[in-house]
Amino acid sequence: MNQRLPINSDSKSEHLLHRLYALQQQCLHISPEAIRQVANEFNLPVSQITAVVAFYAFFYQQPCGRYHILFSNCTSCGYLADGENLLLQFSQHLDVAPGKTRLDGLVSLGETSCIGLCDHGAAMLINGLPIIELDANRIEQIAQLIITETPLTNWPTEWFQVNDIVHKQGLMLSENFTVGSSLKRALASSADDLLAIIEESALCGRGGAGFNTAKKWRICQQASGSAHYVVCNADEGEPGTFKDRLLLRSHVEAMFEGMALCAYIIGAEKGFIYLRGEYRYLLPHLQAVLDQYRQLGLLGNHICGDVAFNFDIEIIVGAGAYICGEESALIESLEGKPGIPRVRPPFPVTHGYLGQPTVVNNVETFIAAAQIVLHGSDWFRSVGTEQSTGSKILSVSGDCQLPGIYEYPFGISVQQVLHDCEAKEVQAVQIGGPAGRLIGKEDFNRRISFEDLSTGGSLLIFGKHRDLLTINRNFAHFFAHESCGFCTPCRVGTKLLKNNLDKIADGRGTQQDVVEIKQLSDLIQRHSHCGLGHTAANHMLDSLQHFPQAIEDLTQQVFAPPFALDEAIKDACRITHRDDAVARLK
Amino acid sequence: MDDHTITIDGAEIPFQQGQTIMDAALAAEVYIPHLCHYPGLTPRGNCRLCSVDMGNKSVAACTTAAVAGQQISSDTPALNAARKSITQMLFIEGNHICPSCEKSGNCKLQAMGYYLGMLDEHFPQFYQRREIDASHADILLDRDRCILCDLCVRASREVDGKDVFAIAGRGMDAHLIVNSSTGKLIDSNMAASDLAANICPVGAILIKQEGYQVPIGQRIYDQNMINEVGLQEKAVKKTKQDDD
Repeated sequence: MNQRLPINSDSKSEHLLHRLYALQQQCLHISPEAIRQVANEFNLPVSQITAVVAFYAFFYQQPCGRYHILFSNCTSCGYLADGENLLLQFSQHLDVAPGKTRLDGLVSLGETSCIGLCDHGAAMLINGLPIIELDANRIEQIAQLIITETPLTNWPTEWFQVNDIVHKQGLMLSENFTVGSSLKRALASSADDLLAIIEESALCGRGGAGFNTAKKWRICQQASGSAHYVVCNADEGEPGTFKDRLLLRSHVEAMFEGMALCAYIIGAEKGFIYLRGEYRYLLPHLQAVLDQYRQLGLLGNHICGDVAFNFDIEIIVGAGAYICGEESALIESLEGKPGIPRVRPPFPVTHGYLGQPTVVNNVETFIAAAQIVLHGSDWFRSVGTEQSTGSKILSVSGDCQLPGIYEYPFGISVQQVLHDCEAKEVQAVQIGGPAGRLIGKEDFNRRISFEDLSTGGSLLIFGKHRDLLTINRNFAHFFAHESCGFCTPCRVGTKLLKNNLDKIADGRGTQQDVVEIKQLSDLIQRHSHCGLGHTAANHMLDSLQHFPQAIEDLTQQVFAPPFALDEAIKDACRITHRDDAVARLK
Repeated sequence: MDDHTITIDGAEIPFQQGQTIMDAALAAEVYIPHLCHYPGLTPRGNCRLCSVDMGNKSVAACTTAAVAGQQISSDTPALNAARKSITQMLFIEGNHICPSCEKSGNCKLQAMGYYLGMLDEHFPQFYQRREIDASHADILLDRDRCILCDLCVRASREVDGKDVFAIAGRGMDAHLIVNSSTGKLIDSNMAASDLAANICPVGAILIKQEGYQVPIGQRIYDQNMINEVGLQEKAVKKTKQDDD
């Protein structure tokens, strides 16, 4: 282990996550030696660097292959989405086991939570770049290109062509946004007047929780601290959500201006965008627009000639952790730590980044704020409901003819969305991703709004042919994988839930399992530390309530052992060369 | 109502500004079950045994500030059932084999099981395989028994003035690590007299050579229930003390 590690003399100014990413790019993993070096460079305890490397899914302590493949395991863009197991096919073509690196170092294979390509069929990330519309044929072609070690630049470009398919434009997406227009309008008013406009619009956070934006900004403005911060949550990790991908590619100017006018109101000089690691490929575009804004004097010192207004934005790229979409976990990650949610209160709005007052809003909320300042609060209130003003951008995927992005006024019924995306014979809809609600036909007349069905934007459609227990199992695996591990109910409970569903799927379901699942779900939901745990069992409780048949059919036995007996003694049989009938238990 | 009281299970309990529900309860000799809390150390709220009901939600008593007028339920059948489940979860997550563990009788997890009327582990075992660190001359680290309560991490930082431990890894991969260049205890500056070496509620951090000095049957929780012992604990933070 005496490889020379590239030294970065400038690492002090670099973010820890970026430094670790750079080292991993060069060495294909982060070795104990690299950890010690980074600890040295950053003057941090070795244990903190070790904890960070171990926390984020995209950091590896064992070498990855030169081609590193991560299949999405989402119900919409995952490797099982079309009924075939593409991961297994790939694994067989290249003789590499999932979760492993091939001995010759050519290729490594793994799976990852939703990568936000649900409108493009099954998808993967290869060395961080997305490949879409995977099928058996394409998997075979990819395998061939890897065997021949063809550089990615020579692969068919259309495989990497992610298009943002907007099927329905509403209030926000139909507006043409002129660079600087919102910010210039904002700076012509006082901070208080601006805040009044946001307040009149009744804009609420678009992440799903629906906290009043003006209220949040006002609390932050009034909170005392040595500095104030603006943070944009671009860690859209809820499986089935991909609208930020569109917004970051096509509407990022309004987002920057929304952040800047927030900074103007709360008195911040520094802003961060926390971009999910799965969207790293969007970084060049974001940086280019940022540079443009700086050149135009719309970011940096003395913005638009206002000597008192300095504000700039830094982009921090995450490394594969759904939990970092929770605002306090996001801030921990910004501070170079594992993304473990803080105890709240105090809330970030008074004690956020570095303990200072911090506004955290998501991409869509900042864009809405910029548009409101430009067009007025009446324009914004012209659509939506009394409590849920404006529009909501939905990511629609699953069993429908027209997956993609839809913008609707708040208050739209689920039925209307299903009609517009040409979904036929729908069995169930998951609103707001795995953490949201699973509803059946009797609830399709319910409306998307903060007062009824709230959603960060994910809408997953499951047709008649789908086995809902498979969906529950997928979600249970997701939460067990993404639980940060801090508190007992979530850390152990999500794993028990997953094991329980695996047991049922394996044909060993019993009546008692249903009781267990219900009790476990209640416990996780009620006693966990943060929002991940509070919502991790929603899908299961909804399924038991609305679709009890799905699980009851598979849990008719009175007793079955918690593990597969023959599987458990497989090694012993192999070692003793026993394969006769007596050596089997079943 | 007094400006500075909360109500726990119908009893009015005074509190001082800045106290948590747990602080106020312990000061009033009201026991709320807890494993990851130790008076004097910064509360973390990870074990969730101290979950209490406030209104229609559940909060951790150790990290929730006492606010005048709070109506809190703690000693209820539903909460004690949840606490028992959480204790069972901690049992099956690690490898806790009481009869062969030298901490038996001094172990808070075991004592909590007794206190909550736990008669079995209920959930299927996870059979974890975690690394044992026997490198240190005086201290043994058996991660199989770690319940990730974080007490040693805080004791080392806040009382011993060192930084020997941290928790790394996500979800089920979470595990205790040692802050040394090799990751081994021998290469840390830990001493057997540190609070971190003595605060472990289970048998994950053990002092060598003294395991059976007190015979089983005469140990802490052989004599008293955890709800009695738990009211008398307090860590004293050292102020600018030179450890060497």
